[in-house]
Amino acid sequence: MWSRRQGRLSTLACGVEELRCRRREREAALRKARREQQLVSKRLLREDAPEEAGGQSAAVLLGEAEVQQFLRLAQRGTDEKEREKALVSLRRGLQHPETQQTFIRLEGSMRTLVGLLTSNRALLQLEAARCLHELSHSEQSAVAEACLPATSYLLTYLSGHSSEFIELCLYTLGNLIVESEAVRKQLLPQGIVPALVACIQSPHVAVLEALGYALSQLLQSKEAPEKIIPSLLDSSLLQHMLRLMQPGPKLNLGVAVEFAWCLHYIICSQVNNAMLLSHGALPTLAMLLLDMAGAAQRMDDAGLELQLACPVFRCLSNLLTEVPVEAMGEQMELRDERIVAALFILLQFFLQKQPTLLSEGLWLLNNLTANSPTLCTSLLSLDLIEPLLQLLPLSNVISVLVLTVLCNIVEKGPAYCQRLWPGPLLSCLLNTLVLSDIEVVGQSLELLQLLFLYQPEAAQAFLQQSGLQALERHQEETQLRDRILALQQTAIHG
Amino acid sequence: MLLPTALYSRLAGAPGAAEPLPVERNPAAGAAPFLFTPRLVRFPRDHEFFEDGDVQRHLYLQDMLTQVSETPEKSMVPEFTCQVAGCCQVFAALEDYQHHYHMSHGNTCSLCSRAFPSGHLLDVHILEWHDSLFQILAQRQDMYQCLVEGCPEKFRTSQDRKDHMVRLHLYPADFRFDKPKTNRGPAMPAAADPPARALKDDSDAMEICSEPAAPPPCRRTYSHRIPSTVCFGQGAARGFKSTKKRNKHP
Repeated sequence: MWSRRQGRLSTLACGVEELRCRRREREAALRKARREQQLVSKRLLREDAPEEAGGQSAAVLLGEAEVQQFLRLAQRGTDEKEREKALVSLRRGLQHPETQQTFIRLEGSMRTLVGLLTSNRALLQLEAARCLHELSHSEQSAVAEACLPATSYLLTYLSGHSSEFIELCLYTLGNLIVESEAVRKQLLPQGIVPALVACIQSPHVAVLEALGYALSQLLQSKEAPEKIIPSLLDSSLLQHMLRLMQPGPKLNLGVAVEFAWCLHYIICSQVNNAMLLSHGALPTLAMLLLDMAGAAQRMDDAGLELQLACPVFRCLSNLLTEVPVEAMGEQMELRDERIVAALFILLQFFLQKQPTLLSEGLWLLNNLTANSPTLCTSLLSLDLIEPLLQLLPLSNVISVLVLTVLCNIVEKGPAYCQRLWPGPLLSCLLNTLVLSDIEVVGQSLELLQLLFLYQPEAAQAFLQQSGLQALERHQEETQLRDRILALQQTAIHG
Repeated sequence: MLLPTALYSRLAGAPGAAEPLPVERNPAAGAAPFLFTPRLVRFPRDHEFFEDGDVQRHLYLQDMLTQVSETPEKSMVPEFTCQVAGCCQVFAALEDYQHHYHMSHGNTCSLCSRAFPSGHLLDVHILEWHDSLFQILAQRQDMYQCLVEGCPEKFRTSQDRKDHMVRLHLYPADFRFDKPKTNRGPAMPAAADPPARALKDDSDAMEICSEPAAPPPCRRTYSHRIPSTVCFGQGAARGFKSTKKRNKHP
């Protein structure tokens, strides 16, 4: 869908700088919404494009009489083209929120529209579906709820074969799902899960992407863990989702992105992660990671790889916490060296394109290495410690994560510490001790303790490089005091 | 971040795990006042750690949905007529024709020319309308299956099925794809003449028969050639399931 439509984006009147500025504003608005738990609201799902002079996207305000007239024409006009045109005019009007209100207040309007949606005049059907789609974009719940009579038909059409129509139905459903709990409540008994199972077998990429979108919105709802995910896991939908995320020549990134987000919501719900494990979600995700790293390396159009990496990181990382300790050894993919190679290649990629995702990648690295001597050894043998240290100065959150990963390695004993000595580790630690963030300093202290324990020369070098003075500046900090004292003792007395 | 060059070839190389170095822990490690033990961290969905990634996801969706709303360009071609027997619809765009074909000819009953939105509904139709064995069995057992896929319930009559779908599955009472087979009666036109029912009519292949108890507040979608003062029986639509062949197309 992306490549098909991207070419049609009309050139906006504003320049690159204005675009960047608007993007920053959108980001700020989204951040605020998320903090207020409002991110699921559709209010922010469609960017308000600036009014373009003329063009087909100009929203037109229609009065009640006009809406009625267009509906009547569409319903009873004699000429097919006239009927279609009437619906096109109606659709343009429905881009305007006031027209939407007028429409839903008009008695019988939805019924007429549904009638057109289910008629056998193919072009009228399509236009009626587009009108419904416009309505589904409304930020007002009342409008979304007015579309309730259409949902059983939207679901029925998902089992059809007209891909463009199905795509439209899916996006409409996705929008309605976000906006209205009443709609969601109705969809499950109406059989949305079987409808999606039928639809997910479509070979059309655009349909699959739309399905993924609708499903991701459904899974993101607050009642999903309780009401929706259990039914979903009871069906074969999960197997299909994993199939569509398998790396290989048939992988479509846009589709994989949507299902990766679906998987993320399912995993977070913790309804039945054991089932995900038994269906091979971990190997699928691991292979996807390798695939993405390969693509990032080739510096292909990076956009979709970035979009895919975030949910894949989250899925892998959270799912790892669900693997019973005894079973960890059996997961061959999780011991394969290539997985840390891939992760670092992706981290570098993020550093250049999307630094905000670095922390999620490092979180995954922690979960991979915490209980894995194999992967800790890989980090050493692949010379990844120095690159890791280069990330330290980026932010406090990143510093803590990097230090934690280093602790994961160092705590495994002298064999691991010897590989870190001599090296840049100590001077990096002395640098982090200069910082004021308590968590960063605290994690540095933990690392120092382990280092001194397993590599006594490090303690001596620490003293020689004015380590004690570096410690002193934090002596008064309650959360650090005891550890600082202990370290001072160790350094001096051994 | 400078990565060792060997890393790239390692990624492209064969799967393989490193031989782990021996693990040898000292009990003093991580002992009080120190805290560290290696552990996996789980973040719940709404954790602030996920804020940045969620925002990026939303920006992506915003862009995607804005594009979806734009009307796609159609592949215009010289006008051509649908080649299916009995259908004279004319098209000038391939996407339109594709949609028309799927909707009007895709799942079509060869016996009565009605079209259905899915293979499933077509199968049900054939069974319930054209299978004499079904009629016989239906006199003795519950044969009318719920139309919602995955629901195993079966019913004695189509009315019972409709009630079930309305009550349990929250379907509209006048769901267009669940019409009982019609018999003659003043309320509706005779069902005796299926082949004559032109596919092209707006009173469409998905047929309208008996109306639900409450008449719709506005005019129906379908044929309105009948004066509004004529009404076929109680609760019936003001429309008329047309058996007229209306020759709308050149």
